[in-house]
Amino acid sequence: MSDLPFRLLPRIGPENEHFWTGGAAGELRLLQCPACETWVHPPQPICPACLGEPLVARATSGRATLHTYTVNHHPWIPGFDPPYIIAIVTLNEDPRVRLTTNLVHCEEADLRIGMPLAVCFEEREDGIFLPLFEPDTN
Amino acid sequence: MASPEQSVVVSGIGQSAVGRPVDRDPMALTADACLAAIEDAGLTRSEIDGLATYPGGALGSASPGFAAGGIVEIQDMLRLELDWWNGTAETAGQLGSVITAVAAIAAGFAKHVLCFRTVWEASAQGKGGRRGIGTGGGGGGIPRAGGEMQWRLPFGAASAACWIAMMAQRHFHEYGTTREQLAWIALNARKNAALNPAAIYRDPMSLDDYLGARMISTPFCLYDCDVPVDGSTAFVLSHVDTARDLRRPPLRIEAIGSALRGRPSWDQFDDLTTMALRDAAKMMWERTDLKPSDVDVAECYDGFSFIALAWLEALGFCKPGEGGPFIEGGERIGLGGEIPLNTHGGQLSAGRLHGYGFFHEACVQLWGEGGERQVPGDPAVAIAAAGGGPLGGCLLLARS
Ligand SMILES: [Zn+2]
Repeated sequence: MSDLPFRLLPRIGPENEHFWTGGAAGELRLLQCPACETWVHPPQPICPACLGEPLVARATSGRATLHTYTVNHHPWIPGFDPPYIIAIVTLNEDPRVRLTTNLVHCEEADLRIGMPLAVCFEEREDGIFLPLFEPDTN
Repeated sequence: MASPEQSVVVSGIGQSAVGRPVDRDPMALTADACLAAIEDAGLTRSEIDGLATYPGGALGSASPGFAAGGIVEIQDMLRLELDWWNGTAETAGQLGSVITAVAAIAAGFAKHVLCFRTVWEASAQGKGGRRGIGTGGGGGGIPRAGGEMQWRLPFGAASAACWIAMMAQRHFHEYGTTREQLAWIALNARKNAALNPAAIYRDPMSLDDYLGARMISTPFCLYDCDVPVDGSTAFVLSHVDTARDLRRPPLRIEAIGSALRGRPSWDQFDDLTTMALRDAAKMMWERTDLKPSDVDVAECYDGFSFIALAWLEALGFCKPGEGGPFIEGGERIGLGGEIPLNTHGGQLSAGRLHGYGFFHEACVQLWGEGGERQVPGDPAVAIAAAGGGPLGGCLLLARS
């Protein structure tokens, strides 16, 4: 991990652990309502659609679509050097569920809004796996 | 149709020195603006019975120089005797604090509410340059990201510049908007700032200057981002029944918009190209018989250039998605155009007074005190709109 850039990492608790540690098993995990199958993100205790509870953490396909992006050039965080690509992606399971993330293994010139993406993980301290996305070649 | 807010008027405005930096205690800047507004209204301190501010004391230290004093500090400094007061960031954008004051007056909780907003980001950020915003995670050592910030900070999305840039990029994608079009928000602001002696950046800016500026977060370059300053802005809002006690012809609050719909989130909001502005503007127009074509001047938040473009669309000055062609060339939004925009120079060139500067300028224009930048034709209806992303609020002002 020593050659990775500095990142501000999330504070892990029972409500968000599934999301930030699922990468250990290679899984992008989100909460889902067992009753109506609504995917719920960010985490909350009850289903916003049917008001059912509890919600359960389940693996998604990890496949997503590029909704929008920016190439950041400004050094906001010491140790995390620009340029880097920030993106909002929509999950293929439900395009209303979005994640803000980084795109990796691609260049600005490769980016097309609507392009298919697949999750990959960056392993960090304390069992945290950051879900990043790369072009989906399959 | 008479909405409750039409019983409320703007009775006075005030502004401290504004600069990069101003060599004066930020609390004293607040006093300068507040006392100027009270005097402008023809009132005295003892007549002020309400106080409102954004973001209030609790969030005043959210980032360096973000505020100076909450309600209790200013109440104490000016020894005000209050019946009603409110300071919060959890409201319909920066001008949500003013909308709450309107509600308090309409409800009869107060007669004269003083509203203030103070920033000292120029002094606080010093030569270190602009920073991202707080982590939300608290704790010592290397901070961790908590709350809603955890979904963006680990990916280096540390500033609203990045979040709003992605909204602009989506607008570019859906509607074919270009940087050459977006530029006109910045170029128009600079043109107007040249006519405003209190503006920060007054030198001419060309399209080439804009296109050649360094990128911050694509498609935003340096000139798409507002300029941190030190300064304070204040208003007095009064009940219309007090009008005979006032020095000025009061300005009526014709309608307010404060709607919060959809998912109030920087990335989950259903349409990133409109943001929450869409719903705040829609609500405002449902509360008045006036229409966009009745508006003589629009003061719209431009913390980032794209937000002002999105406000123009939300408010109905052009159709959704047509903001790019609408502003291109700058004629329609110029001082003599269809809808003069950000006549003081906006936050891009006149300084980041964080929402309150737009309301101040709307009043200046309606009172005909814009000097060289005065909109011709004796404007009678103005909009002040602030906020961006998941937050937005707007007020329609009319000469009574
Ligand atoms: Zn459900």
